[in-house]
Amino acid sequence: MKHLLSVTDLDAATATGLLDTADRLKQALLGREVRKLPTLRGRTVITMFYENSTRTRVSFEIAGKWMSADTVNVSASGSSVSKGESLRDTSLTLSAMGADCVVVRHPASGSAHRMAAWADRDHGMTGTHTSIVNAGDGTHEHPTQALLDAATLRDRLGSIAGRRIGIVGDVLHSRVARSNVFLLATLGAEVVVIAPPTLQPVGIGQWPCRVSPSLDAELPALDAVMMLRVQAERMHGSFFPSSREYAIGYGLSEARAALLPGHAVVLHPGPMVRGMEIAPSVADSPASAVLAQVANGVHVRMAVLYHLLAGAPE
Amino acid sequence: MANDRRGDVPGAPGDRELLSAADVTRTIARIAHQIIEKTAGDERAVLIGIPTRGTILARRLSAAIGEFSGTAPEVGSVDVTLYRDDLRRRPARALEDTDVPDGGLDDRLVVLVDDVLMSGRTVRAALDALADHGRPRAVQLAVLVDRGHRELPIRADYVGKNVPTSRDEQILLLLAETDGVDGVRLQRGAGAGAGSGEAAP
Repeated sequence: MKHLLSVTDLDAATATGLLDTADRLKQALLGREVRKLPTLRGRTVITMFYENSTRTRVSFEIAGKWMSADTVNVSASGSSVSKGESLRDTSLTLSAMGADCVVVRHPASGSAHRMAAWADRDHGMTGTHTSIVNAGDGTHEHPTQALLDAATLRDRLGSIAGRRIGIVGDVLHSRVARSNVFLLATLGAEVVVIAPPTLQPVGIGQWPCRVSPSLDAELPALDAVMMLRVQAERMHGSFFPSSREYAIGYGLSEARAALLPGHAVVLHPGPMVRGMEIAPSVADSPASAVLAQVANGVHVRMAVLYHLLAGAPE
Repeated sequence: MANDRRGDVPGAPGDRELLSAADVTRTIARIAHQIIEKTAGDERAVLIGIPTRGTILARRLSAAIGEFSGTAPEVGSVDVTLYRDDLRRRPARALEDTDVPDGGLDDRLVVLVDDVLMSGRTVRAALDALADHGRPRAVQLAVLVDRGHRELPIRADYVGKNVPTSRDEQILLLLAETDGVDGVRLQRGAGAGAGSGEAAP
């Protein structure tokens, strides 16, 4: 594995391997005096974020640091990007500085793929064959989020194959939803996407999932439900009449959560808009795995960095 | 006796049997007695295996010590992959189990258990890993087979069998839990399939 760009590049064995590595890393760090591994000493990981983030950026940085990599954070504001530098020039610059891995978040779908193609083509020029990790590209993919969701589901449910998992809400603008649908399907889950017709992407018929308009009808048979944030910042038009109406139709209220089977898990990739897609009492209930998702995020990202950077170059 | 059938190993031409199944059992019993003698009275001694076969051996040693002395020491395992010095020479490897007993290793006598001792690099990695888990009172090393070719100043406290080997030979250590049968075999040349040890280049 040279880059991690899309979950569609992962087969079931590779994805399971990443989840197993994450489990083992969690085990290795459990209850230790020194929470630091020497594995990535001398490797440099740069996080390059063109969009805001708390969880993803911090957990990649912690993941790198816990494995002794040198981690550097760059954000678009405060860098030469605000002077008009192109993605390609920034990308070449970071490679020339010796970045073994660049973790990138960018508002344009496909940007991580472009950077990976440049890294593969231009490493003779820059001197470093940089690995690219997609930490969210536009409305396309967010592979490490899907992996940490899968890790959380496997923890809580014991298995993923054969489980029915609902993904609810703003699927149109959600890279989390897209990555999860494909990864969970690869791992053998039955995925149901539940969204108002205006928030379903074109071509969803080709996705490996079933589409349903009614949350109430699906809830009693779900092993897990993943609530998505309504991405107001990407909405240039009216997709539903009002946030109150959205909450009534697609929000996970306390009464709705009661329809779920007792063992069901509630996920949310964060940041949550409490009262909109999820009620505060549900977000803080024992069924909610929101904080477990965050904790697993560090171990999953350590696993990704381990698989990309620890071994011999291919 | 079983060990009279050396060299008569089905399905593995060119192998020489070093220890039969009965020899392995006897050897583990002998190491168990030595550990009891050297750690006499230390009820907080803990056996830490290096996965996968070191951990199996640690479990068997603990059971044997329990049988002979009445108290079976706690068993754990520490994966050393993340501490190896040759990670960059091979593709990323799968990690193994780490399971340190509750309460940690501080001020305890740790007996590190591995199957085959060769270069000493695995043991070096294990010592570094242990140091990150706590500060043991002392660390000792038990191995089933010592085949020589040390590359670091490391010596085992308990050795099942010393086997002089050449570098192009491989030690194949089989345990019932992973391989269906107990035994130690010497293979000439590369291409050892199952089994373990630091034999691989």
